[in-house]
Amino acid sequence: MADTQSMPGSRRRTVAGIAFRICTYAALALIMGPALWILLGVVVRAVPHWQWSVLTNPTKGTTGGLENAILGTLILMGGVLILAGSIGVMAGIHLAELAKPRRSGKQSGGFLRTCSDVLSGFPSIVLGYCGYVALVVGLHWGFSLLPALIILSIMVIPYIAKSTESALRQVPDNYREGAAALGMSMGYSMRKVVLKTALPGIVTGLLIALAIAIGETAPLIYTANFTDAIPSLRLIHTEGFPYLTYAVYTFYNQPGAQAHNLAYDAALLLVIIVLVLLIVSRIMVARTQRYSESRGR
Amino acid sequence: MAVTSGAAGESPVAPVKSPTEPRLSRLRRFTNGARSHEETLWRIGGRVGVLMPLAALVFALTVLIIKAYPAIRVNGFNFLTGTEWTDGSSYGATVHTDGVAHPMGSSFGALPIIVGTLQSSAIALIVAVPISIGAAFALTERMPTWISRPLGFFIEILAGIPSVVIGLWGLLTLGPILARDVYPIVANRMPDVPVLRFFRNPTGTGEGLLTAGLVLGLMIIPIIASTTRDLFDQVPPLPKEGASALGMTDWEVAHKITLPWVRSGIIGATVLGLGRALGETVAVALIGGSIIHFAPNIFGSMTTIAATILTQLDGAQTDGTGFAVATLAELGLVLAAISVLVNLLARTIIRRTGSLGPSVGPN
Repeated sequence: MADTQSMPGSRRRTVAGIAFRICTYAALALIMGPALWILLGVVVRAVPHWQWSVLTNPTKGTTGGLENAILGTLILMGGVLILAGSIGVMAGIHLAELAKPRRSGKQSGGFLRTCSDVLSGFPSIVLGYCGYVALVVGLHWGFSLLPALIILSIMVIPYIAKSTESALRQVPDNYREGAAALGMSMGYSMRKVVLKTALPGIVTGLLIALAIAIGETAPLIYTANFTDAIPSLRLIHTEGFPYLTYAVYTFYNQPGAQAHNLAYDAALLLVIIVLVLLIVSRIMVARTQRYSESRGR
Repeated sequence: MAVTSGAAGESPVAPVKSPTEPRLSRLRRFTNGARSHEETLWRIGGRVGVLMPLAALVFALTVLIIKAYPAIRVNGFNFLTGTEWTDGSSYGATVHTDGVAHPMGSSFGALPIIVGTLQSSAIALIVAVPISIGAAFALTERMPTWISRPLGFFIEILAGIPSVVIGLWGLLTLGPILARDVYPIVANRMPDVPVLRFFRNPTGTGEGLLTAGLVLGLMIIPIIASTTRDLFDQVPPLPKEGASALGMTDWEVAHKITLPWVRSGIIGATVLGLGRALGETVAVALIGGSIIHFAPNIFGSMTTIAATILTQLDGAQTDGTGFAVATLAELGLVLAAISVLVNLLARTIIRRTGSLGPSVGPN
């Protein structure tokens, strides 16, 4: 009792502290639990029925395999990497290195940066609608690769720009000054010094952007639609373009066990691709961190 | 002088040229020219790249406004206040209002859709914010790096799981379990009084507002949690250590030192998560029930603006006058306006605090 008199409410405070601890761990568990549940749920539903023929047969209606959808998703990944990658990285270079802040203390590239931010918050289904109305119908491109690629790229360009910019900002100014002191032109030092140093960060951003892009469904449904045919590289005027998320979204409530199995197979493949992309990006981050730490400041 | 090596073997007896003017192949001359103009090339490339988001925004808004204009004129304010949503009869007569053709009996009142969007996003925030902040505390305070790093990566994975996969899980796994085992516990005990009536039976099948809100919450947790964790990492350790040394408990350090330090950053992250929840499409289309009406209770079916566009656009094509498609453009315009405002608000708050942007997700 003497203890509680000398420090009023100390027991209550201790209990509150412990309760807080427990609450934070409970919160962490409430994130980890469902995340594990989702991942394991997909594996448990997909693996028992897994057949390797899924990889080698295209869809036939709601049966068959997923070869066309897998190829389509890979083509979309490549296309986004080329289109959104080049534009996004260029935009990031501009924002980090080239745009000059109009007033000191203000961030550079005011208006265009705001545009990028606004675009990053733009609802994906609305972009998909615009792609459908303007590109698929308006320009008579039909459900095909190019409109899907354009809309997906629009979605992830702001993200790539942002990650490229922050990767470039982590390059110490000493490097640029050193390059300038050696007489390198600005363009040469950009290529040989600044971009080379920032490359792991830029690639990490690209990988995560790819993971985001292949997980999208809403912007693709009305721009790419779907087809049972093996996808070609024809950009426009096709009957449709297959991709994995469509199989998940539409096959799960089709009649027949095979349709359900295909939906879960597609979900499993998506999760695997995303995991690989994220793990590779994480390894790159870890390696560059170790590299820069070992060299010191 | 690697460039001269080709010329050296080719003409050993040729008159000696000035070493400052080596003979160059056409390709070399071209690349050297490009190299001296490299800075210009970078600048042009950067300028083009950074103009693309602006071009995309102009493209999207132009398409939406042109497409939605007839619908805005005919639907008027009824669009924001009306509660009835019918395409009208596509076989019936076409009527003209203000020179715009639309099927007879069509009425587009989007209030239930807008309210459904706000309700599900509100539930998502109520779920996600405390969990995210709690988890960020758990990850940053007194947790060794070898545990917190993998756990943080796990949150990144949650952010990367495709929304359609999460939606499928919510529809086929989580929803039925909640409706069978969890919702009745609440629904059977709620008194029949005005506000709490919303939480009473029936609990339905698990497709509906609460399940959709919970799953949306799960989807925005990575955004809020990872931003909050980064913010906590930026709080200088000295004030925290000082407070601990004065005998404050972890809870007191958290809510007297750490939280006030990053409060506006957390608000910014929350609003960013809200933007994502408002625009999420596929998961809500799967879980919400996709019925356009006010959710009868918190377990009842509902829909959101994004889900409505996704599920209705296909059927809207049957309207020969194109009015239903135009109305969906108006709906998209409303959603875009809400999302853009929310996003700008969040960026302003985050920028004012000088903290970094979110580390996951484009939305």
